[in-house]
Amino acid sequence: MEHEVHTNGKEEVRIGFYICHCGSNIGGTIDVAAVADYVRTLPGVVVSKDYKYMCSNAGQDMIVEDIEINRLNRIVVAACSPLLHEKTFRSATHKGGINPFFFHMVNIREHGSWVHEDKALATEKAKAVARGAVGRVRFHKALEKRKEPVTQSVLIVGGGIAGIQAAQTLSNAGKKVYLVEREPTIGGHMALFDKTFPTLDCAACILTPKMTDIGSDPNITLWSYAEVVDVKGYVGNFTAQIRHKPRYIKEDLCVGCLDCIDNCVFKQGNTDDEFNQSLSKRKPVYIPFPQAVPKLVVIDPEACTHLNGGKCEQSCATACERDAIDFNQKESFDDIEVGTVIVTTGFKTFDAARKPLYGYGRYDNVYTALEVERLVTSSGPTGGEVVLRDGRRPKTVAIVHCVGSRDHQTNRWCSRVCCMYSLKLAHLIKEHTGAEVFNFYIDMRCAGKGYEEFYERLLEEGNRFVRGRVAEVTDVPVSAEEEGKLVVKVEDSLAGFVRRIPVDMVVLSTGLEPRQDASNVRRMFNISCSSEGFFLERHPKLAPISTTTDGVFIAGCCQGPKDIPDTVAQAGFAAGEAMALLDKGFVEMEPMTSFVNEELCSGCKTCIGLCPFSAITRDDAKEVAVINPVLCKGCGVCVAACPSGAITQNLFEDCEIFAEIEEVLAHA
Amino acid sequence: MGSIQREIRLESDRDPGFADEIRSMPGCEHLDRCIQCATCSGVCPLSVYMDHTPRRIMELTRDGFKDDVLRSNTIWLCASCYECQAECPMEVGVTDVMVALKNKAIASGVAPKDVPTPVLAREFFRMVRETGRVSEGKLVQRLYLKTGPAKFFGMIGLGRDLMRTGRFSLRSERMKRPEDLQRVLDGTPGVGK
Amino acid sequence: MKYAYYPGCSLKASGKAFEESLLAVCSALEIELAELDDWNCCGATAYMAVDETKGAALASRNLALAEQTGLDMAVPCAGCYGVLLKAQAMQRKYPRLADQVSVGLKAGGLTYGGRVRVKHPLEILAMDFGTKAFRSRVKVPLKGLRVACYYGCRLVRPESPFDDSHDPVTMDNLLKSVGARIVDYTLKSKCCGGSLTGTIPEVGQNLCYQLLKEAQRREADVVATACPLCQFNLECYQKDIARKYTDLKPIPVVYFTQLLGASLGLDPVALGFPRLIVPIEPILRERGIMAKAGTEPAKAGV
Ligand SMILES: Cc1cc2nc3c(=O)[nH]c(=O)nc-3n(C[C@H](O)[C@H](O)[C@H](O)COP(=O)(O)OP(=O)(O)OC[C@H]3O[C@@H](n4cnc5c(N)ncnc54)[C@H](O)[C@@H]3O)c2cc1C
Ligand code: SF4
Ligand code: SF4
Repeated sequence: MEHEVHTNGKEEVRIGFYICHCGSNIGGTIDVAAVADYVRTLPGVVVSKDYKYMCSNAGQDMIVEDIEINRLNRIVVAACSPLLHEKTFRSATHKGGINPFFFHMVNIREHGSWVHEDKALATEKAKAVARGAVGRVRFHKALEKRKEPVTQSVLIVGGGIAGIQAAQTLSNAGKKVYLVEREPTIGGHMALFDKTFPTLDCAACILTPKMTDIGSDPNITLWSYAEVVDVKGYVGNFTAQIRHKPRYIKEDLCVGCLDCIDNCVFKQGNTDDEFNQSLSKRKPVYIPFPQAVPKLVVIDPEACTHLNGGKCEQSCATACERDAIDFNQKESFDDIEVGTVIVTTGFKTFDAARKPLYGYGRYDNVYTALEVERLVTSSGPTGGEVVLRDGRRPKTVAIVHCVGSRDHQTNRWCSRVCCMYSLKLAHLIKEHTGAEVFNFYIDMRCAGKGYEEFYERLLEEGNRFVRGRVAEVTDVPVSAEEEGKLVVKVEDSLAGFVRRIPVDMVVLSTGLEPRQDASNVRRMFNISCSSEGFFLERHPKLAPISTTTDGVFIAGCCQGPKDIPDTVAQAGFAAGEAMALLDKGFVEMEPMTSFVNEELCSGCKTCIGLCPFSAITRDDAKEVAVINPVLCKGCGVCVAACPSGAITQNLFEDCEIFAEIEEVLAHA
Repeated sequence: MGSIQREIRLESDRDPGFADEIRSMPGCEHLDRCIQCATCSGVCPLSVYMDHTPRRIMELTRDGFKDDVLRSNTIWLCASCYECQAECPMEVGVTDVMVALKNKAIASGVAPKDVPTPVLAREFFRMVRETGRVSEGKLVQRLYLKTGPAKFFGMIGLGRDLMRTGRFSLRSERMKRPEDLQRVLDGTPGVGK
Repeated sequence: MKYAYYPGCSLKASGKAFEESLLAVCSALEIELAELDDWNCCGATAYMAVDETKGAALASRNLALAEQTGLDMAVPCAGCYGVLLKAQAMQRKYPRLADQVSVGLKAGGLTYGGRVRVKHPLEILAMDFGTKAFRSRVKVPLKGLRVACYYGCRLVRPESPFDDSHDPVTMDNLLKSVGARIVDYTLKSKCCGGSLTGTIPEVGQNLCYQLLKEAQRREADVVATACPLCQFNLECYQKDIARKYTDLKPIPVVYFTQLLGASLGLDPVALGFPRLIVPIEPILRERGIMAKAGTEPAKAGV
């Protein structure tokens, strides 16, 4: 093959081989000196040394010096995993004055000393893989990392507290932000709450100023009632298409005076108010809540008589002095270019009806926690009164923890915030009604600053805590005290017996789970999900907001259940990472990409569908496949699949791989 | 005040081998996953009468407190209704563990002689081997003879109703060839004969 | 349609009316139930309590017999049904146990390949025959009859191949389709006490009382069951229970097949009505489902 001409045949190969003891990590199992002695005998090897810690400065300097003194032009290091130190030794190679890709690393720790007990055999194996590396490195070519400029703007998907926080941080640094929110208003779940644990500060007081700032920030383009429908490109250079759903309102004319709502032909609400968790009705022309941002009304085409094809006098349109109502509005699209993306699409709560024994949907007085969040809010459906559907005030209330969490039948994970928000709701219910409030829990999980103290406060306030997962909620009485009540059946596991506790109201602390459309979002941004469906971080500890796609970050509850403090911290982190990328100005691309030999390519398209990164397109004029080196991650799928053998991958060329295999298999 | 006994448990009260035996029986492999949430006790229709709730039985079993478990009335009150197993959030085979414990209690002779449930189980076991089927009338007769003939008279009214409607007979229901079944039972390895 | 029929011991004794009504309904619908030759007791929970492995072998002998016929197996007794399903599940999951069972079966000249579909008549009628098809055969809709559908435990737990094990609805839908009014009965799959109701009456009868009381509170005319033990406990101990819990009024407890048979206009004797201790005829007459005049309650055959 041609490679021989280009590399091996062209120059004299002078290899330096270094093997690391890694203290006793490798040296304890593998006879490193023997390996070094052996490799010294191999053709092309000029220098062969063992050293205690190759990654130390002294170790690296040894490589640099040897390159100079011995005119080495190929380097092999046998040590730990390339994940840890490939970069280190590549730069040492580079520092010595030769192309960093004239280097190859073999892993004799994770793949050697750590997994073998027989020293002799482990040593033989180390010799074999070292021989393979020496065999292949002689074919290595000089490669260059490509640099691409970064578009100076950021797309944030989801305008909950995570998206809001990230947008503000980026704007503060002067970055251009597009914030896309699906609902008519930003704010996410936090906008539903009255108070937040553990400090009980007013959610609106801390959230609405932020929302308003977003709405008026010149660096932030806020698109609510909109969705990202398509994403293309790669880190530094994404293009996205945004679909704007018709509001039937000219956004530039509407000033949020709400005259239209007052004048709607429906004097009462005619459809469920989603914002109030369907505990009240709203009109077809509406604003989700008074502090909504942007403060624009929306017309719901399902509920509006006119848009439904019925006859209506359209009094809303007449009432609008600014002629902002436009029943003919159609959806519209925007295409934008951004350098990075932050996905902050949040969570949804578990559907309580999936646990039939808790009676949600069957018994009127069984509520979800989100519904109760609305009941305790002064701007909520009852004006802040905690009253049952029949208007009565509850005298006893049961809060059931872990509904749809820690449960193999539904969601296995702990939703992390339910213990705490249950405490919050217990406090608020008691404050509003004076009711006796029971919390039924499996374990109280109050890990966080000020959280345990909050639990203690609730205990002292006289709330009841019963350790036991509620078995069922029933309206079947077994005694006079239970007539007309809901009965919570539970083992008080600390007391050791089963109790039946009659109550007026049951609150189900439903867990947090991925949004229904999470897998679509995942696919669109080419990121991964963990088995439970939350977006997967690149590393659980060290890269918690990065994803498997460079330039796409995640923050908040779309990555996993968490409270507001953690959400905000992650959002700031994601903004920081995005900013680092923007400020660097360019992205460097690994050179181990694949390329097509146009002469051999038959244009069969086999490779195109297989590429997991959509990096391959077809040049219809030339009738050949073209690989975008910026998108290519070097997975090699196309190389193996090409029926014409037309695709080659840098650092994994046939000559390199075959040489390695032959040498590994050759007997010492 | 009744007799005062030591309630503390020492390590010497434990029999870890017992826990291992139970774990190895069908349906019991997830015993250690129990998080003591108490759902099983809460849904169990009989836990109101049990000295140890099902949750406590899970804890006592996995820690090897053999005597506490086998002496408890819980396993003999368990109706095998599978309520606990169906609702357990950790998919612990609670009912299967109860069955395993019944097997162990009977095999080791700890099962109480006067509580009717194990007596019924043993009589049932014997009758099936003899005839291949269960004759309800005969079974009831044997049960009352063993556990308290007095009770039999309390049931006279019921007996009369059943006779009248043709639902009771002391005739023996049997297979045509019970030996066909006996060969299968004798050929199967097991704890009992 | 043809099934290998496994009646189990109860259907030959205290549960005769279940067998009678099931056979009557099936023959009216041209569903053939061919009784397995020389079947044996399934073992019930009692046998498993003594020796699980032998219990599995005992149950599997019937599965092996059914497998020879190549038919799906019809198992009306919910107790037997649960045990047979469990024996199957255990063998699927635990190869060692499956080996032990096959050693036993071999000693009896049998093999079991795990291929039998065990079905309860509820599944057969609602799914295989079909609720819709059934409705088209109805001659006497059970108009206005208020029914509490009681499934009991083993029909749906620990798992059910045909219904939700937390909130089953098959019987509700089937009886609704023949005109009955189904009352909201949340205790539908709670335990009746099983054999405890006989062995430790103070415990089991309390459970039965709760079940009957709730049916009464929901103004049910009748409780429909799908298991001979449930039916026995709820019906036969009623007098005893009412002596202790005086607020309990008599309520008929029948097999769902008896109600279905009535809707097909079948003969009450063939449906085993005379075997009921708490008669159902009065309420059927009251609701106009059964003719009023000249119907002497028939005598039960033994
Ligand atoms: C009942 C309850 C009470 C709570 N109380 C507290 C408390 O007191 N204190 C506390 O610290 N935490 C509390 N939490 C937790 C808190 O709600 C979360 O930490 C926080 O809301 C997470 O914010 P987020 O931005 O990640 O997600 P979200 O709040 O869910 O926001 C996500 C946003 O993204 C939008 N979106 C989703 N998908 C798309 C898409 N495809 N395109 C465009 N937009 C999209 C959504 O419309 C939404 O606006 C509580 C949670 C619950 C359930
Ligand atoms: S329900 Fe399951 S996890 Fe909970 S205590 Fe019982 S066995 Fe343990
Ligand atoms: S199977 Fe036994 S322990 Fe479990 S709920 Fe039923 S009676 Fe209780």
